Amino acid sequence: MNKSDFTILVADDDPDYLFQTVFNLEKAGYKTMAVESQAEAESVIARFKPSLAIFDLMMESDDSGFILCYKMKRKYPDVPVILATAVSHETGLTFSIDSEQDKAWIRADKYLEKGIRPEQLDQEVMKLLKL
Amino acid sequence: MAVLRVLVIDDEPGIRSGVSRILNNFHVTYPFMDEDYTFEVIEAATGEDGIEILERDMPDILLLDNKLPGIQGVDVLEYIRKRNYDIVVAMITSYASLDVAIRATRDGAIDFIPKPFTPQELKSSIENITKQQYLKRITHKLKQEGKKIRYQFLSVLSHELKAPLNALEGYLRMMQGKQAGELIDDYATPIERSLQRIQGMRNLIMDLLDFTKIRLEKKEEKIQEVNLAEVASSSIVTVQPYAIQMDVNINLDVRSDVVIMADPDDMEIVFNNLISNAVKYNKIGGKAEITIDSSETEAILIISDTGIGITKDDTENLFAEFVRIKNEKTRNISGSGLGLSIVKKVVELYHGTIKVDSTPDVGTVFTIRLPKKPLTST
Repeated sequence: MNKSDFTILVADDDPDYLFQTVFNLEKAGYKTMAVESQAEAESVIARFKPSLAIFDLMMESDDSGFILCYKMKRKYPDVPVILATAVSHETGLTFSIDSEQDKAWIRADKYLEKGIRPEQLDQEVMKLLKL
Repeated sequence: MAVLRVLVIDDEPGIRSGVSRILNNFHVTYPFMDEDYTFEVIEAATGEDGIEILERDMPDILLLDNKLPGIQGVDVLEYIRKRNYDIVVAMITSYASLDVAIRATRDGAIDFIPKPFTPQELKSSIENITKQQYLKRITHKLKQEGKKIRYQFLSVLSHELKAPLNALEGYLRMMQGKQAGELIDDYATPIERSLQRIQGMRNLIMDLLDFTKIRLEKKEEKIQEVNLAEVASSSIVTVQPYAIQMDVNINLDVRSDVVIMADPDDMEIVFNNLISNAVKYNKIGGKAEITIDSSETEAILIISDTGIGITKDDTENLFAEFVRIKNEKTRNISGSGLGLSIVKKVVELYHGTIKVDSTPDVGTVFTIRLPKKPLTST
């Protein structure tokens, strides 16, 4: 399989982060679908199965990302999900999904701090897609 | 130690006592929770009894069997959904038919616990539910109390400041790596967006400066006679270039030449924010109307626009710090989310009131009443 066989759904309400993430993923060779809200992401998920999804945590509501992860995993248990946020340090609500305990309730496969380098993002995506 | 109340509605006594036995000695802890959660189990054999308990005891978690002697589990769910109770529901069921599962999920059940279950299965479900409930509550609480919690203010602030920096950094890296091409023209969008983010950040910093200014105690020597019509006129001049761009016509109607005792900077903050909002959230070719009037004891300022308006739900949080109404219509309008909270602080400092009336797609009216008499408290 080539990278171009995979479509990655990216949801983020920061238009610049969205633009850059999509740009970097396409540069790396993936197909992408970009949406700017939880609501849009939900309507995409309802009719389309992406190969992987990257969700921002805070969109319309403070836990949009969690809700999307949850809904995604219920509909497509086999699709890897990355939760991306810049907010954890500031709020003190730090999550990670390294322990089994956290994995049980955060329905994401990977948790990433925003601002990671494009190559690193590509590597994480490749790992999750088993490329 | 916090206690969560678990209501179990099941017609099998064995299931109910099993749940009680397992959960009475169970506690959930999580690194970011302030305290452990323990559980108190309340039992009901029928949906009817369950609803009575729901009304009376307001439990936090509901474990619900679908097959009940009288009304069914899904009926209980629907009852809860209609009343908007803050409760998490998990269905316990021996066989979940697809039909029931779909209906239960739609009506808000978040988990299914297969029957019979082992103590471990029940515990891990309850653990998940507890964490979700906790998270839901803490985000809700932070939102509600946002104004009071300085920590929260700082954290949101740092998020608001970091987000544009991240965007800028991303664009600069893109240019550094020449990722979109060799020519400077290939980067027109990133450059334009970077400039916009910088402008947004500058606005935020200006607002923050205003924000700290009004928090300081008022110095007597700054209080002087202020003619509100004059302040309004000068604000209009400031906003005019933007209004021309938006083709918004600003009209000032001075029905009474009110003079109040105030710090002129404060009055400027009020007018600048409200008039620029009246332009910013307007439609192309719209109108902004500023009326200055007075009653015997109060100065009355009315700022109305013919803009996109605000829904009733959104007006509730409108004056909180960093609240920006996010929807299709506001997507391309930048703002710090501080302006109206600053206006409200100023108005309150002068023992005045501010209210908002709005109709989506018709327009918004802000009405401010300020006492004419000099400030008594500093």
